[in-house]
Amino acid sequence: MEKPVVVMINPMSEYLEHELSTRFTLLKLWTHTSKPKFFKQNSNLIKAVVGDTSCGADAEMIESLPRLEIVASYSVGLDKIDLEKWKEKGIRVTNTPDVLTDDVAALAIGLIMAVLRRVCASDGFVRSGKWKDGDFRLATKFSGKSVGIVGLGRIGSAIAKRAEAFRCAISYHSRSQKPHTDYKYYSNIIDLATNCHILVVACALTQETHHIVNRKVIDALGPNGILVNIGRGAQVDEPELVSALLEGRLAGAGIDVYENEPEVPEQLLGLDNVVLLPHVGSDTEETSKAMAVLVIRNLEVYFGNKPLLTPGL
Amino acid sequence: MKATLIISDEHHLSTHFNLLDPLDSPDSTHFVRRHANSISVLLCVDPTPISSDLLDLLPALRLIVGSSVGVDHLDLSDCRRRGIAVTSAGEDVADLAVGLLIDVLRGISAAGRFVRSGFWAKTGDYPLGFKLGGKRIGIVGLGNIGSQVAKRLEAFGCIISYNSRRKKPSVPFAYYANIYDLAMNSDVLVVCCALTEETHHIVNKEVMAALGKEGVIINVGRRALIDEKEMVQFLVRGEIGGVGLDVFENEPDVPKELFQLDNVVLSPHSAVATPECFDALEELIIFILKAFFSHEPLRSLVELE
Repeated sequence: MEKPVVVMINPMSEYLEHELSTRFTLLKLWTHTSKPKFFKQNSNLIKAVVGDTSCGADAEMIESLPRLEIVASYSVGLDKIDLEKWKEKGIRVTNTPDVLTDDVAALAIGLIMAVLRRVCASDGFVRSGKWKDGDFRLATKFSGKSVGIVGLGRIGSAIAKRAEAFRCAISYHSRSQKPHTDYKYYSNIIDLATNCHILVVACALTQETHHIVNRKVIDALGPNGILVNIGRGAQVDEPELVSALLEGRLAGAGIDVYENEPEVPEQLLGLDNVVLLPHVGSDTEETSKAMAVLVIRNLEVYFGNKPLLTPGL
Repeated sequence: MKATLIISDEHHLSTHFNLLDPLDSPDSTHFVRRHANSISVLLCVDPTPISSDLLDLLPALRLIVGSSVGVDHLDLSDCRRRGIAVTSAGEDVADLAVGLLIDVLRGISAAGRFVRSGFWAKTGDYPLGFKLGGKRIGIVGLGNIGSQVAKRLEAFGCIISYNSRRKKPSVPFAYYANIYDLAMNSDVLVVCCALTEETHHIVNKEVMAALGKEGVIINVGRRALIDEKEMVQFLVRGEIGGVGLDVFENEPDVPKELFQLDNVVLSPHSAVATPECFDALEELIIFILKAFFSHEPLRSLVELE
């Protein structure tokens, strides 16, 4: 029997690419200069799409692939897959939850520390040779600070657990209160921001959470507040964030995600109270492999007519 | 006898508690004897040695609140025998140890440089880092700071083991009688011990080789705990995974070879450099004292041997 045709959107993982090519007929979208031409030529063959955080399967792509049955995302976020089209066409969707939770949560704490304790700025200070001329200025303590988490899902809960080990008081905002937790719940994100020192965005990107951190929330967080975003760039009103940082209305920010990756607002590049990362939330050797394995196994079980391991819905 | 009852901000504390300062009296020993039966808490702002003789003078003492980071100035087993609890403010050092470790493993400082140089848009993704969860952490010196490091890293899913002068009976972590064995069985070494004759260059060539090519060392202890010259060679030859350092043998001189390396994170001896470490010490002290006098559980308790 012929191997199902799978198209991989980006060169997201060499390991994944190799493993897919041994099991399926793999087409690599990024190697074709004309994407419309590629889709036209292969529209009746493609049964599966493997996307990631930068490109999934938008409405146009889904429309152009009448044989498409499954989209396996190399990510936990599904914001790059058109929800309406996916439901309309009855397409199956899978993602990579759980395997990346630890890494993203560790990065969130790393970002908090990098901003509050100025780990990155002081590393730069030492490398520049300036330490001989005088001490670096004082940083701010992390232990015991209040942490407010937007979205208490797997990643949000993992961040809470780690922050608790630093004696942080945890509070959160989400669509509804979570029954099995003692953390303080705020039904309104402004109240959360008002009552915490460090605000961490850890929810999924949906229509409701688009720009959930806006000017009002930033004002509520205040000039001593720190914002950390390990969710999606579009959850924060980026121009508002930039002006708040430039005007000193926010004490600092740790950002791993942006509205138009890989573009990073130029005005932030010169600020040493801002830590900027290139969307590395789950980018470790161990987790990348685990995510790739999940993508492969989901596709294998699907084409073997068995239940999906990690369906997106 | 040196004045060991020193109040850093009388006004603030005196609104909450009855403060006695032996500096108010020309003869501090007599002062202490006179008030002995009412003294239940000893506040020491400096790491002045608290001797057994002083503790003999204070039969009602139940709590020592220290501002200094280490507790080398206290005989912890003596305190335990007498039923005296001890707290200190070593959190900032423990926090930095964890911050440095995450930075080394995930390349936070290095990836930040990558973004600021414009490489993300030009060349593509930053290389993969390493997962912290599941790593075997070997803590060198499980004192106050070491214990706080352990508590934090456990929450990340790390596996903790330690080397110390003596095994700690009530501690659930695996104990290694020597640092070489600890290094053989760890992915990361976090150096938190005091500097003594025995611990000078305790992290030497053999220990670094035992830790291995992917091993990471974090030093928030004293400068001479690591053989710095050897460490630099290991890094330059790619024989160790990475290091995070807050202290250097000849600070502020830092070996120039380190500036070229992305698997190295350098901190200018700032483990105890937060204003909160000094100012909000009072907040912590008041918090602890209130909890103590209300018979509530105490935070920042030092593990007594």
